[in-house]
Amino acid sequence: MNDELRPTALVFLEQRGGQLVPAALEALAAAQQLSAAAGLKVEAAVLGNAEETAAAASQAAAFRVEKLWMARHARLSPYVAEAYIEAAGALLARALPQWVFFCHSYQTRDYAPRLADRAGRELLGDVTALRREEGGLICSRPMYQGKLAAEFVSTLPPPLFLSLQIGAFSAEGLERAPAAAPVEALEPEISAPRVHPGEPFREARQAVDLGQAGKIVAVGRGIREEKNIELARQLAELLGAELAASRPICDNGWLPMDRQVGSSGQTVAPRLYLALGISGAIQHLVGMKASRTVVAINKDAAAPIFEAADIGAVGDLFEIVPALIAALKARA
Amino acid sequence: MKIVVCLKQVPAKDAPLRLTADGGGIREDVGYEMNEPDAYALEEGLRLKEAGGGEVVALTLGPERAAQVLREALAKGADRALHLVAPAGAALDAAATAAALCAALQRDSGGGFDLALTGLQSDDMGYAQTGVLLAERLGLPHATIIMQIEPQPAGGDGARIKAKRELEGGYFQWLDIPLPAVLTIQSGINKLRYATLLGIKQAKNKPLARIPLEELGVDAGANRQRMLRLFIPQKTKQTVMLEGPAAQIAGQLFEHLRTAHLLPNS
Ligand SMILES: Cc1cc2nc3c(=O)[nH]c(=O)nc-3n(C[C@H](O)[C@H](O)[C@H](O)COP(=O)(O)OP(=O)(O)OC[C@H]3O[C@@H](n4cnc5c(N)ncnc54)[C@H](O)[C@@H]3O)c2cc1C
Repeated sequence: MNDELRPTALVFLEQRGGQLVPAALEALAAAQQLSAAAGLKVEAAVLGNAEETAAAASQAAAFRVEKLWMARHARLSPYVAEAYIEAAGALLARALPQWVFFCHSYQTRDYAPRLADRAGRELLGDVTALRREEGGLICSRPMYQGKLAAEFVSTLPPPLFLSLQIGAFSAEGLERAPAAAPVEALEPEISAPRVHPGEPFREARQAVDLGQAGKIVAVGRGIREEKNIELARQLAELLGAELAASRPICDNGWLPMDRQVGSSGQTVAPRLYLALGISGAIQHLVGMKASRTVVAINKDAAAPIFEAADIGAVGDLFEIVPALIAALKARA
Repeated sequence: MKIVVCLKQVPAKDAPLRLTADGGGIREDVGYEMNEPDAYALEEGLRLKEAGGGEVVALTLGPERAAQVLREALAKGADRALHLVAPAGAALDAAATAAALCAALQRDSGGGFDLALTGLQSDDMGYAQTGVLLAERLGLPHATIIMQIEPQPAGGDGARIKAKRELEGGYFQWLDIPLPAVLTIQSGINKLRYATLLGIKQAKNKPLARIPLEELGVDAGANRQRMLRLFIPQKTKQTVMLEGPAAQIAGQLFEHLRTAHLLPNS
């Protein structure tokens, strides 16, 4: 199988309603940077129905790739894993890349493991750093919820399937195209999926737009009990901040869903983000790491939130927050 | 419905993780618990059974100590349990784990079941692939990051369920799925129950089968990905760390906020 592969790296560019998702460009930038040294040319692929692939391809044309693949079919919209696996599989059989890149989105998590398995390979997922050594690519990824990290290699010959953690690679160095690359469009056979997908929808209109907030006090599971939210609320009021939370707090119904920050909640970028008793799981960090100043209060000095913090206070929030509240009141 | 719930034992959330001397793993002298999303998968299985009848089978792959999560599942209401016993220190990747789970399910009472539930990822390795690959190996449809399950009235084309899948940024999608199927469950889908004293007592008489991996013909060393080293991530950001008595930390924090003009009206 190895010999038949072409000297290429293929990046699956995820689109939503024809719009390329930002993380897709991060994956493309990473592929561009690594491939040249490995003697591989970068190609890209978009999947979807006819309108989606056309729209996505016209955006992708701005970036440097040797070739742009399309797999289009009405059954690819709305997204459903079975159809995507068939379409991507047909595309891979034509493109024959050495490396296959994805962004580590919910969609990738849903179908790429099965796609790789069908090729007799595994997906190295949630990759945060890549380096090339003789014998292949070495991938770093978080373990134990980001408290530790590990380096992995595949034990199998190419193709190598990789999905890159969102935000771990910068799209800034993305090389632009001197001219649009040739496009090869496939219309693969796709059997009727057993699973019938509905259209994506939003639960309820969001009452608060935390994306506009200048300051945010966010609470996590370290707050322990619903009644203790009051402490955070007091601090937020004194600072003139909005109250937000990590997911478990909203799951418990202690704060409404529209105050959840993270990959499945809101993305925020305030001047001040003050995290109380939040461990800093990646799904939380992606929602707040663009904040200008991050202050974290956590009793565990090894909590991953400190990696994202400008100021880290190690200690019991039930001691520090009341003292901070007292100081703010004294000033007023 | 016959429902299989796959459970993993992982280090407790607040366990202080320390690397072994060779950097190949973490020291095992920590507390262990049921992986959080798996606990929600179990709860969902129990609720489906309570609403519609059937059986809940708890399944784990892990070393001897992992039997604890099965006893917990039995105490909460699972009917029986299967323990695929891995040698101590074995770390199977997602594909190897899925192969073993698949082999065990095909062997268990003729391979028939309606729904297999797993947590959406484990808090230790975090591969987020075991459930998806289990579906692939079984040739079944799957869906990930499920936040709600609604069994449908039986129709002409067999039993189906509706499942709500979480998408990014507050979006969701309903899927209509024929059974049997594999779903990976998101934390927060329901409210977890506690085991009752009666449940703990009854659990002692429920069947818990031990199946060594060799017996399934699964090689615990046949991973597709190999871990080279485990390490504490290097800090890349300059963080001002404040440590000491709480009052002193609060005072320093206040000063930082003041000089950065982050107090109100400044
Ligand atoms: C697909 C997917 C999507 C997700 N989406 C989101 C999302 O949108 N948003 C989100 O937040 N999470 C999301 N999560 C969940 C995420 O992985 C974490 O489980 C979650 O963020 C943890 O919340 P936490 O930090 O509040 O709780 P924990 O991880 O339990 O952390 C609690 C922290 O509080 C500290 N603490 C405890 N007591 C005290 C005290 N007295 N003083 C100070 N500190 C204390 C502890 O040291 C610990 O660090 C998602 C997960 C998945 C798999």
